[in-house]
Formats: sequence, structure tokens, C-alpha cells
Amino acid sequence: MGDNTPKRTPVAPGVADEGAQIDIVGLTKRFLTPKGQPFTAIRDVSLTVEPGQFCAIVGPTGCGKSTTLAQVSGLERPSGGSVQVGGHIVDGITNGVSYMFQADSLFPWKTVLQNVMIGPVLLGTSKKEAMVLALDWLRRVGLSGFEDRYPHQLSGGMRKRVALAAALINNPRILLMDEPFGALDVQTKAIMQTELLGLWEELRPSVLFITHDLDEAVALSDRVVIMTTSPGTVKDIFDIDLPRPRGDVQTLRHEKRFIELQTQIWESLRDEVQRAYQRTTGVAA
Amino acid sequence: MSTLIQHNRGAAAARATGTPALQSEAELQASARRSRSRNRTWVWVGRIAVAVIFIGGWQLLAQNKILDPFFYGEPTLIWDSLVTLFTAGTAFGSIWDQLWVTVQEALFGFLLGTIAGVIFGILLGSNRYLSNVFNPYIKVLNSIPRIVLGSIFIVAFGLGIFPKILLAAVLVFFAVFFNAYQGVREVDQNLVANVRVLGASPLQVARHVTIPSAMTWIIASLHTAFGFAIIGALVAEVLGAQKGIGLIISQSQGRFDPNTVFACMVIMAVVTLGAEYLITLLERSVLKWRPPVRSDTQAI
Repeated sequence: MGDNTPKRTPVAPGVADEGAQIDIVGLTKRFLTPKGQPFTAIRDVSLTVEPGQFCAIVGPTGCGKSTTLAQVSGLERPSGGSVQVGGHIVDGITNGVSYMFQADSLFPWKTVLQNVMIGPVLLGTSKKEAMVLALDWLRRVGLSGFEDRYPHQLSGGMRKRVALAAALINNPRILLMDEPFGALDVQTKAIMQTELLGLWEELRPSVLFITHDLDEAVALSDRVVIMTTSPGTVKDIFDIDLPRPRGDVQTLRHEKRFIELQTQIWESLRDEVQRAYQRTTGVAA
Repeated sequence: MSTLIQHNRGAAAARATGTPALQSEAELQASARRSRSRNRTWVWVGRIAVAVIFIGGWQLLAQNKILDPFFYGEPTLIWDSLVTLFTAGTAFGSIWDQLWVTVQEALFGFLLGTIAGVIFGILLGSNRYLSNVFNPYIKVLNSIPRIVLGSIFIVAFGLGIFPKILLAAVLVFFAVFFNAYQGVREVDQNLVANVRVLGASPLQVARHVTIPSAMTWIIASLHTAFGFAIIGALVAEVLGAQKGIGLIISQSQGRFDPNTVFACMVIMAVVTLGAEYLITLLERSVLKWRPPVRSDTQAI
């Protein structure tokens, strides 16, 4: 894996790096199906995430949202078009990126502390320093005292906090989140969203946030991108002008401007959702 | 179950006498403990009953000549030959010598086979090209009756300890290899993606993700693998040896002495049980991160 930019170093929390700009231009990704047929997951996707911006991607199931993230992280190579991060074309794993998945993606065989430490350790930080950093991050996500637990001993919300600490400890310039709160119950989800906003406002990485949940997208982001059904491409981009800091996500939901924006975006999303649904149920569109 | 019934009865009694059915935390705990120890006692009673019925029945049938003791032995005579083996020794020296030789062969075979199995399993499991190339050959190797290799090893390497180690290792290898291979294949790809994005090198991916994740599978295979190691060592000894439990077995077979054969089986069973215990200890310490299995958490 060729690292394309100089080695990152984990920074003490609070000393935030600038988030990096993400430019996606004409991005296309084709896969070979197991039968050998080419399949176009995304076609000609173009979007820009400004440094430090929180950008949500919303779209029906299977529209290539996750594929887009994989191209940005450098885990996969685009079939056409390009992704630039901070002005550098992505080839190989992008530097300064953290990923958060819907599944916990915690190491079940590592303790909470070891799970959070892994980021700095992989960058070559000494165990001691990594531990100090990890302890501080566990405190910030409210998990002091749980250092020696294993992931299976925690609740879903607590596991998400660990994953959040593990994703943020390296002070990423870009945070990629693939439906991170999709599996949580409604109350826990709201708490985690508020917490994420708080931490994001401190560190200000650029965020690409995938979700099915339109409320979530509007509440959290500066910009909402609607994608079409497969092959996925950008349908609409909405700027969310709700003031920051947004505070509690649950109270935000009742504000007039929130409801306006939500309704407006839903108009755009509805057609796509219906088309995707008809496709899966086999009804002609 | 029974506690529940008791509680209900207690409650009913309390209602009948008009006193409130108060069950303190301590009382509940005590009754749970009682029911657990009662369960355990009954399990042991059952276990002992099975042993008594099996061995006693065998003894009775043999004594009444319903089972011909000439072929099937007799528990008391098996005990006698066990005693003889340990007091008078064998034609080839003390029983401890023989046992040590067999255990050594099994142990070295086990180690060799496990190490090779883990290395190849992880290598082929994490490299699709290698796995596609070797796939048919591994299937072929797996389908040939490997026990027969023992004959070849003995012809090639003589009657010493080495061919036995080799046969044991070959049997162990496949058991461990397939599990390690499968274990690597089952690794959560999200975890791999996660550490790769964090900047892990392929070696770090192996160290932090692939190997610990495959460990569950590998350790599970060690239980059967040690059994295979013992089988490999014994069979190779029966095929030709100068020392070892397998040699005693083949000599007893020649003398139409089923009791000594059974006695040797008992000895090896004890050894295997001991090894099994050690592997379980290892499993517990390596896999202590695993959530307790549902059936392990006793429902009270």
C-alpha cells in the first residue's frame, strides 16, 4: 500500500488539524459479478466536501453510497473519474482517514482500551503514549472505568462510543461514516448523534456520512446529497442552513426550518425510494 | 424448574396462612445454590450409574460366556493386565518407557502438524491466488487414506521414533489446516478495512486481525487434532516399532490377549483426557474475550 502523503502523527486532542477538502469528479465504479457480468455500482458521481464540512449522503438501498466511501478511503480504485483529498489524487490508502461502519468493527479480542489504542499504535506511537491518548478519549466519550471490558460486555450504545473514540483518536482530517448509528434504538441514536456533533465541532474533520435516515442527515449535516438508485449518481444537493452549534438533536427536530428542509429534501428522495422499492419487488416502474 | 415450583408452593402456603410471601434476596440466592448443587449431584449419580451398568454388564455377560471373553476380554482381567503392565512391566522394558515413547511421538507430531497447519492455513486463507492453485491438490491429499503413509514412512525412515512423528503430524496437519484456512476466510472484512484505513501494513493486518480472529477456529481444531496425533503414533507403532504402546498392542494381538489391548486403550484414553484438559485450559486463557456461551450460563 503506497502511502501517498507524508506520515500522519496522532496529535494531542484539542489541537485540531484542518479537515481536508474532498473532490469527487466523475467517479464511476464497475464490479464483476460472480457470473462474470460487469455491474455499474456508481456512475459519474461528482461532489465536493469543503474542509471541515459535514456532508450526508442519502439514497435508497443499494445505490452505491458505501462504494463511494470506499473510493474516498482508497480501499478500492475507481473504474473512472477521480477522487482528490486535500488536492492529492487518491491512489492507495488515503492518509488521515478514519472509517466507522454500521457493524461495530471493534476487535472482540481486545479490551476497550486496546481497541481505542489501535489507531496510534498502527502509526508507530509508543504503547505508553497511545495508552494516555486512549484513556483521555475514553473519558471524552464517557467510558472511563470501562477500559478493561471486552466489547461483548458493553451495550450497543457503549460499543458505538468506543468505535467513535477509536475513529477520532488519530485526529483524522476525514471521517467516513457508513450508517454508523443504523443499528441503534431511537433513543440511543439521538444521544449518539448529539455526542458526535459535539466532538465534530471540536475537531472539525471533513465528514462523509451515509444514512437512510433523512432526519439524521438534516440534523447533522451542512450539506445533504441525494443519490439515485443503481447505478448510483448524484441527484440533488441541498445546503442545510441550520445554525451551529446545533445542540440537542431531538429538540432540533421540532424547529420550523428543520421541518421545511426535511420536507423539501423528502420530495427529491421519495421518487428514488419508490423506484428502488418497485425494483426489489419486481413491479414495473 | 423445581425451585420455581417450590416458590409457588411457598407463596401458596403464605397466602393460606395470611402472611405475606416475602422472599429476601439472600433466600433466593440460597435456594438457587441448593438447586444447582442438587442438579450437579444428580448428574454425577447418572454418570456413575452408566459406568456401573456398562462395566458390570460387560463383566456379567463375559462371566456367563454370553460374550466370549477370549475375543472381548473381561473387565476384571483388563484390570489385572493393567496392574501387571505397571508392576511387572512389558517384554520390552517398563511400561513408563513405552508410554513416554508414544507420548513423545504424539507430542512432536502434534506440534509439527499444528505449526505447519496454521502456517499453510493462514497463507492460503489470506491469498486467493495461492488458494486457487493449491485447492485441487489439497483435496487430493485429503482424500487419500493417509494412514497408509505410515507404511511408507517406516520403510523410508526405519523403526525409530521419526516415522511415527511424521505420521502423527500428517494426520494433525489436515485437521488444523482446514480450520485455520476457514478461520482466515471468516475474518470480518470490516475489521480488515478498518485497520487498513488506519494505515496498517499487511503484517499488521495479520497480527491484529487475521491471526487473533482465526485463533477461535484453530483452537477448536486442537481438540480433535491431539486425538489424531495419538492415533498416528499408535498406528505407526503397530506397523513396526521397537518401543511404544502400539508395539505392546500388536504383540498382544499376536498372543490373542484382548485384555492387554484393552488395558493399553485405557492408558491412552487417560493420556488423551489429560491433554484435552490442558488444551481446554489453553482455550480458556487465549479466548477469554469470548462471550460466554448461552448453555454455559446456567439458567437458575
